[in-house]
Amino acid sequence: MLIGMFHEAWSAMGANRMRSLLTMLGMVIGVGAVVLMMAIGQGAQYAVAESINSMGSNLFIVLSGGTNSGGVRSGTGSAPSLTTADADAIRELSGVAAASPSQNGSAQLVHGALNWNTSVIGAVPDYLEVRSWSLASGDPFTASDLRSATRVALIGQTAAENLFADEDPVGKTLRIGQAPYQILGVLAKKGQSLDGRDQDDVLIVPLTTAQRKLFGTPFQGSVRSIMVKAERAETMPQVEIAINDLLRQRHRIREGQDSDFSVRNLTAIADSAAETTRVMSLLLGAIASVSLLVGGIGIMNIMLVSVTERTREIGIRMAIGARERDVLTQFLLEAIIISVVGCLIGLAIGIGGAVLINRLTDTPVVISGSTVLVAFSVAAATGIFFGFYPARKAARLDPIEALRYQ
Amino acid sequence: MTALPIPAPVIEILGLYKDYQTPAGPFPVLKEVNLAIHVGEFVAIMGPSGSGKSTFMNILGCLDRPTSGAYVLEGQDVARMNKDATARLRGQALGFVFQGFNLLPRMSLEDNVALPLVYCNTPKEERRRRARALLAKVGLEQYASSLPNRISGGQQQRVAIARALVNTPRLILADEPTGNLDSHTSKEIMELFSDLNREGITIVLVTHEPDIALYAHRQVRFLDGRIVHDAPTRESTHLTAPESIC
Repeated sequence: MLIGMFHEAWSAMGANRMRSLLTMLGMVIGVGAVVLMMAIGQGAQYAVAESINSMGSNLFIVLSGGTNSGGVRSGTGSAPSLTTADADAIRELSGVAAASPSQNGSAQLVHGALNWNTSVIGAVPDYLEVRSWSLASGDPFTASDLRSATRVALIGQTAAENLFADEDPVGKTLRIGQAPYQILGVLAKKGQSLDGRDQDDVLIVPLTTAQRKLFGTPFQGSVRSIMVKAERAETMPQVEIAINDLLRQRHRIREGQDSDFSVRNLTAIADSAAETTRVMSLLLGAIASVSLLVGGIGIMNIMLVSVTERTREIGIRMAIGARERDVLTQFLLEAIIISVVGCLIGLAIGIGGAVLINRLTDTPVVISGSTVLVAFSVAAATGIFFGFYPARKAARLDPIEALRYQ
Repeated sequence: MTALPIPAPVIEILGLYKDYQTPAGPFPVLKEVNLAIHVGEFVAIMGPSGSGKSTFMNILGCLDRPTSGAYVLEGQDVARMNKDATARLRGQALGFVFQGFNLLPRMSLEDNVALPLVYCNTPKEERRRRARALLAKVGLEQYASSLPNRISGGQQQRVAIARALVNTPRLILADEPTGNLDSHTSKEIMELFSDLNREGITIVLVTHEPDIALYAHRQVRFLDGRIVHDAPTRESTHLTAPESIC
């Protein structure tokens, strides 16, 4: 029965091929736009998620405060108010997974005939855990390296490529100034940070080495920043309060006085970036959905014309035994066929367009199964929704009137 | 010779009224119509336009409902049936033949003939077989895959009759089946009806042409919503009937 009706609906559309195609075009453009926009939106979300993961999750950064000497105020991080002891104390707080003080700078690295300027991070062994950073090869430095301020280093992939070309850097020695540093390990690739910096262009040395042998410090044990990783995302607000309380107490800051440090929730920044792209992709999807809606209205329009045009046919069908339900099914099927076929073509065009954009502009695109499923079911639903009114109108026709219709 | 038991009528109409709702109030079209038609009859319904014969045919065909009164078709009270049930009656117990043929223009003749079977879930092969057989019966099997606009009006009406027969109905309702045809073709169509009647199919035919009505065995004449004449056809009726009545 249904197969017969399907066949009939198909041939009815074939009888008015141009009109069916134009109606379909509305659906094609609608679905194509939704798929394409969702692919681009989800691509952006994916890119942001990647860079958030590369930064490390559940992160705080504690920065020392600014100085004020003779009215000239330096920025955050210039005052030597944080110490490695602060970092050790933070590590003991509940809810904190790891904490690492760090001292950053840059240096000219030399290996053989090659040299390269890169940023150098002085850190403790915990740093790798804080940043969720693993090693591609070799071993991390240890607490004893930290204690004795040995000249060892972990090298990022970009720096390694520039200094060692195709060689394996592990076990090799590079120079900073005149001092030799032994490479213990190569860091795994992390890619770009949210602000577009290459996170792999880096050299990590023990904090003590950086402080005593590379950059120097205002006084023993002072650091500019401490990175803290919370155990769970949900407890981050409590941990932030705990860090504030702990440091204010340790720095003997009285009630009402400004802190000489600041705690920043990096995840919050990342979250807002993620939220932005999420809203953007939602917006793109919403705009594209409007064209889907317009396509649906186009279907309704054409179906109404078709019902009027075929009033007599409907009358004949009813006279020879078609029930209301049969007429309803027939017209509904036509609407569904138009929208589903239009949807399939739209999917092909949308996916093709996304792939093309990806090839031509390098914009990340993600075509998920759920997008395809959603587009498909929305198209079918549009067909049913916008086809229902005309189909019901056809089914409710009075057979006598319909037979008389010229 | 012993009397045969009188069979129950195919159609039994008792005290039938039909009003049309107009802005000025109900307008009566049929008033107190009583009629019984038995198996194997060939009845011509006549009357001037506006006499109510078309409305009467619509009610017979289960396309319209009486305002009051009973319409019993093969023992079932049609006035009390729901829409799906009357649709089933139209498809299976009745065969319609229209003045304007009413074939679906986009379908082949074979598909047109088979269309009523689609609505009672007959399998495709069976539909094909029966449509072919009926096209052969009306002498048009060679056009099975043509579209209706490829054949003449008389041929289209034959196809329409084949369509009316495809569900092997007991009753055929024909509404001015020769109204659009020339006299020669009309004669052919009426002979086809006569043949079908001889095979035992009950036929009710609306016409305003007296010589067409002659093919029927009984003539029922409407005037102003009432039956004013109901008698077997006699040859003399044809000759003496005043033209003004028709």
